[in-house]
Amino acid sequence: MSLDTRPPRQTPVRRVATPRERDEERGLPTRSLLSALVLACVALMVVDASSGAASPVDPVRRFAGEVLGPVQAGASNLLDPILGIPGWFRTNDGLRGDLADAQRRIADLEAANHQDSYLANRADELGRMCALVDDTGYAVAPARVIGYGSAQSFSNTVTIDAGTDAGLHADMTVVNPDGLVGRVIQVSSHTATVLLVIDASSTVGGRVGDTMENGMVSGHGGLADDQPLELQLIDHTIVPQKGQPVVTWGSEGGAPYVSGVPIGEVSKVFQDLRLGTYRTVLEPYVDFTSLDDVGVVVPTGGAGGAGVIEPGACS
Amino acid sequence: MRGTSRLIVATAGVVVALLLQVTVMPHFAWDGVVPDLVLLTVVGAALVTDPRFATLLGFSAGLLLDIAPPADHVAGRWALSLLVVGYVVGRLAHDHQPAQAGVRPSYPLMVVAGAGGAFIGSSVYALTGLVLRDPAVDVGQLLEVVLAALAYDVLAALVAVPLTVWAFTREPGSRSPKVTPRAPRRAPA
Repeated sequence: MSLDTRPPRQTPVRRVATPRERDEERGLPTRSLLSALVLACVALMVVDASSGAASPVDPVRRFAGEVLGPVQAGASNLLDPILGIPGWFRTNDGLRGDLADAQRRIADLEAANHQDSYLANRADELGRMCALVDDTGYAVAPARVIGYGSAQSFSNTVTIDAGTDAGLHADMTVVNPDGLVGRVIQVSSHTATVLLVIDASSTVGGRVGDTMENGMVSGHGGLADDQPLELQLIDHTIVPQKGQPVVTWGSEGGAPYVSGVPIGEVSKVFQDLRLGTYRTVLEPYVDFTSLDDVGVVVPTGGAGGAGVIEPGACS
Repeated sequence: MRGTSRLIVATAGVVVALLLQVTVMPHFAWDGVVPDLVLLTVVGAALVTDPRFATLLGFSAGLLLDIAPPADHVAGRWALSLLVVGYVVGRLAHDHQPAQAGVRPSYPLMVVAGAGGAFIGSSVYALTGLVLRDPAVDVGQLLEVVLAALAYDVLAALVAVPLTVWAFTREPGSRSPKVTPRAPRRAPA
């Protein structure tokens, strides 16, 4: 029997790797690294969230902005033309459509533009009508002149677009912001005929505002006549002065003319030598050749149409 | 690819992704939701590098996203989200098959990894927001945005993840031996 004195075999000892070494070998992050990173994140969040406006992250953000801002701007500038490429590809039909749209819009705008001054004038006129209503205390139903009677008929009448539907009837006073226009002589359901005060058959009781002298204002006919209205005072001895205003005298019950509506002012005074009276020519306040918005004086609080302007409604 | 070149590729990839995300992607935004290109870059890196690198990359990319100009949320939220994304995607990709140099994962795997990473990242980001009450929106609104972002991310993952994988597995050194040195065409005068 012999002892085995040979040195032990030099076989490599089987080594068992620790879990940590195994992780290292496989490229896994160690647990400490992982927890450190997570804790760093949490700490950053807590610090940023809790410190509010004076966050220590802000200077870092500002610095990042200083560095990355120009880069972002550069990238954006660089890439914008590339991103704009789809915009270059437009079909002819699409372009024609765009052009047609644009032209239609331009036409609309131009039409609106042409109407603008007219609408502004109308608004102005209606505003003045409101003022007149407030001044005189009469309620008026607004209407628009839609037709002039022809000169061949030798009567100065106009048609307005309000009729019985707006509560109108014959013998109502028609005014516009400047003063007296005339009176309603005929009404249909949607229109009415107005006899202007300058008509040869029109006579209005007038009163000189300064002296309270009464007289009769009669028309001479003719729209563009330079002597359209004549005032004949009842008291022959009184000579009206140039520039004195004449207002309506008023009829019983307000028909056909309500009182206190301005008619015109004295422009010329002639002496009739044979009769010994004075003939006074009035310059009407109303421009009868450009009548548009007029108002028909209706009873206040009455059952007029919806658009009746009551005193105090506009102020 | 290891060492410095990997670091350079990672940095360049993250910065480019960030720039694209904040400058270009808003043009293709759907209701303000843009694809998270930085997140997808981290996913791509996690697929072909080791989990440690992916985790660290996720942390730094998230930190960059947290402080880069348009950001106004509580800093650290994207850092935590992308850290988790890098770690989880890295672990799942390499637990059974350690990373080998130059081996690219299959295309479906890349897309699935992109979708999963996007889901994890958006969820963690939204959850931290809920805990911190940062954007102060309710859960329904949050869920809607997260789902939209997820859908968009999957779409972007089709391109972004393979690109990143390609950038990381490109071996600049391995190509040079194949090229035989050419003889000079002209003899020097």
